[in-house]
Amino acid sequence: MEQNNFKSVQKSVRKKDSMQLLLGKPVYTEDICPKDALVVKLMHSPHANAIIETIDTSRAKLVPGVVDIYTWEDVPNQRYTNAGQTYPEPSPRDRLIMDRHVHCVGDVVAIIAAENEKAALKARKLIKITWQVLEPVLDFHTAKDHPILVHPEDNWSSPCEVGADNRRNLVASARSSHGDVDGIMEDCDIVIDHTYHTKAFSQTPMETFRTYSELDHYGRLHLISSTQIVFHDRRILSHALGIPKSRIRVEKPRIGGGFGSKQSSVSEVYPSFVTLKTGRPAMLIFTRKESMEMGSPRHEMEVRVRLGASNDGKIRALDVYTLSNSGAYSEHGPTTVGLSGHKSIPLYTGSLEAFRFDYDVVYTNTMAAGAYRGYGATQGTFAVESAVNELAEKLGMDPTEIRDKNMVRQGMVMPAYYGETANACALDRCLARCKEIFDWDRRYPVRDMGNGKVRASGVAMSMQGSGISSVDVGSATVKLTEDGNYLLLIGAADMGTGADTILAQMAAECLDCSVEDIEVFGADTDASPYDSGSYASSTTYVTGGAVVKACEQLKQQLYRIAADALQCEPDDLTFERTCIRSLLTNETVPLSEIAYKAQCFSQYAAEATASHSSPFSPPPFMVGMAEIEVDTQTGEVTVLDYMSVVDCGTPINPALARIQAEGGIVQGIGHTLFENVTFNSDGKLAENSLMQYRIPTRQDMGNLRVEFELSYEPSGPFGAKSIGEIVINTPAPAIAHAIYRATGVWHRELPITPEKIVMSLLDRSASEQ
Amino acid sequence: MLINMTLNGKKITDDVEADLLLIDFVRKHGCFSVKRGCETANCGLCTVLLDGAPVLSCSVLALRAHGHTVQTLEGLQDEAAEFVGFIADQGADQCGFCNPGFVMNTISLLREHPDPTDDEIRAYLAGNLCRCSGYEGQLRGIRSFLNSRKEAKHGAE
Repeated sequence: MEQNNFKSVQKSVRKKDSMQLLLGKPVYTEDICPKDALVVKLMHSPHANAIIETIDTSRAKLVPGVVDIYTWEDVPNQRYTNAGQTYPEPSPRDRLIMDRHVHCVGDVVAIIAAENEKAALKARKLIKITWQVLEPVLDFHTAKDHPILVHPEDNWSSPCEVGADNRRNLVASARSSHGDVDGIMEDCDIVIDHTYHTKAFSQTPMETFRTYSELDHYGRLHLISSTQIVFHDRRILSHALGIPKSRIRVEKPRIGGGFGSKQSSVSEVYPSFVTLKTGRPAMLIFTRKESMEMGSPRHEMEVRVRLGASNDGKIRALDVYTLSNSGAYSEHGPTTVGLSGHKSIPLYTGSLEAFRFDYDVVYTNTMAAGAYRGYGATQGTFAVESAVNELAEKLGMDPTEIRDKNMVRQGMVMPAYYGETANACALDRCLARCKEIFDWDRRYPVRDMGNGKVRASGVAMSMQGSGISSVDVGSATVKLTEDGNYLLLIGAADMGTGADTILAQMAAECLDCSVEDIEVFGADTDASPYDSGSYASSTTYVTGGAVVKACEQLKQQLYRIAADALQCEPDDLTFERTCIRSLLTNETVPLSEIAYKAQCFSQYAAEATASHSSPFSPPPFMVGMAEIEVDTQTGEVTVLDYMSVVDCGTPINPALARIQAEGGIVQGIGHTLFENVTFNSDGKLAENSLMQYRIPTRQDMGNLRVEFELSYEPSGPFGAKSIGEIVINTPAPAIAHAIYRATGVWHRELPITPEKIVMSLLDRSASEQ
Repeated sequence: MLINMTLNGKKITDDVEADLLLIDFVRKHGCFSVKRGCETANCGLCTVLLDGAPVLSCSVLALRAHGHTVQTLEGLQDEAAEFVGFIADQGADQCGFCNPGFVMNTISLLREHPDPTDDEIRAYLAGNLCRCSGYEGQLRGIRSFLNSRKEAKHGAE
């Protein structure tokens, strides 16, 4: 079953778009769209909870160049969700394009359409609003059953059973357990019980949210947008605008990064509304400030972990409760939270006798959260992996030995992971290999370097999924071209990851040709076959599965066409690299000839479309180890080395898989050490620019080393699982562990800034005196 | 007001508003490689060469380029093509949105320091943010270009 003599798969080929990107060609939304489109600007609410008493746009409309200005009075009163999820969306429908009742600072209160930016900005200053300012709900600890309701509206609705209730400020709520948690916890020698807090970190793709819209030659709404979810966008726009889905076309050009942020329809609806109203092309480009203040960041979570173990380090019970802050809207609230338990608890399947996982997701009057790489697993991994490290330190055991004793291994059924079996799991080998390359035994002990500088190390494991089991659908169309090459059409969105390229590698493997012979097109709702979109680590595993199927079906089509030419039955034919051969006569027809035959008196198309979905979501696994140096005088943490070993099944393109890992690790280092999100008492975000929200530079991450331990996932294309998300999860617990080793203080809230470290050391020395 | 400059080797004259930024000027003249990633001069995406020196075009008025020479990646395709393939081999181009600014500053780095150390590379390019790659692949690409250039030199000797 397991193959290792691939020709195109498991090869580090260049991304198909590399040279266009590196040479700065115009391939992004703003570059390719007409320059005479109306400029769309948004006016945002300065209040977290308020009602618009009056809004006067009359003077603003007099500014020369202003075409029109729209407010809540102009939009449909039908609530929808921006979440890019399979229908029916688990996220409750709580949004209007503009609402008279604003729910957070940044909510849109006016859409301005103008001939140029200056006119739009001048008009924005002239809009007069009188507000009835209400008290906001800002603290997510007290939001549930708070007397103030974030969404008191009667037409709020929740299409799925997720435990949502707008009368209780609940976006979702659930309880689940396996075994006698309380009984076993009682029986444990030691119980670790702590709460871990992560913030609403920003994905910060380099290209901000942006959308261009126009009416096409049939008068349909046509969007070019920086999005991960063209098909979901089409449905979301239809719900928001009240126009048929068939009257909407959404395409994505190259997009400048996503990381989940563009799995919500953040910018699409506003220019679309302008185009429908004016009939004219319109373009909206978010400023960085807007992207920070009304983007779709990570859900802030507090995860309480109760971990019961025996004195020999056997982890017997895990009790996890997650409180998640969805902000003002529900986007991805009911689903992200699940991963905080379902992708942390099963890591300890090897020894776990019982677990419980409960959660509440609440509304507050702060910026709505969304999807960010890791999607809840990042928060849960920080909590559970930190608790395991705390256990190890309490017991005086090596944390790698504790993990070796308790971890999930190949062949185990994982009760905390929907009862799935770990059919491909090299986690044990990842740990052993990471220990070896990191030189764990030498670097785990704390070393005082003099001058107040201390070196120490930490470790963490992680798992994620590969697509959403029994939900995600990937599709691929493969067409033979007249020169005997192929065109691969997909609806998944390459957001820079190289998805187009790895799917072409799979097609080339199936069709026994070179990757250069496969051209890739995507994504466009009119031309691409349906795909849920690129999120949930699905593209390699789910869409890849569709590519394999489509190639097989294409061969069957080609046999039908060739059978006519060779006057035989399709079953008598076999596929070769450049031709179809008759098994009876050895006669051949070149593929180019078959392509032409399909264009002349043919009943068969030289193309095939296949869809694929999986009842499983095989987890990739990973181990990360960090060595840091803490300056105990200033609290500064320097990451010296970050080493990791990843099991993503078969890496389809090892170079691209490695970059995924390195990029994810550096994002993880960012939110561990300095990316911060704070709201003031009015609900205003402090870190609304790259000046205040500092993402890592190339001087912030030390040396990275990534290796792969191969496994072979039987349900995946060529044994592949996924790589995109898991890679962001290990830095926070590993670095927090190393900081404890260096300073003796556990930090259970991210980011762990120099100020926090210094203050904690002062507190400790004060309490010692 | 009327300004003239040499943009990618071509003399141009244009009537511009006093507050027009250089980034918007060069994009207006078809140089779409120049990207805006922030409003606070933090990201490095809009890097162009003004009289051969790298500047953030979001923080320079178009007027300041009056009488000067401006180069964007559109005008330095051959010089970039010498090394960007090595970045592509690492897969470190990723989404590509930061690539033009990064490539422009790398051109400047290699002109100033033909044989930089890894730390010199990191320091010189520190102002060029990238959210996808984790930077290490970009460094490997530059290193592998430098190595291949050295080998080629040795071969020629």
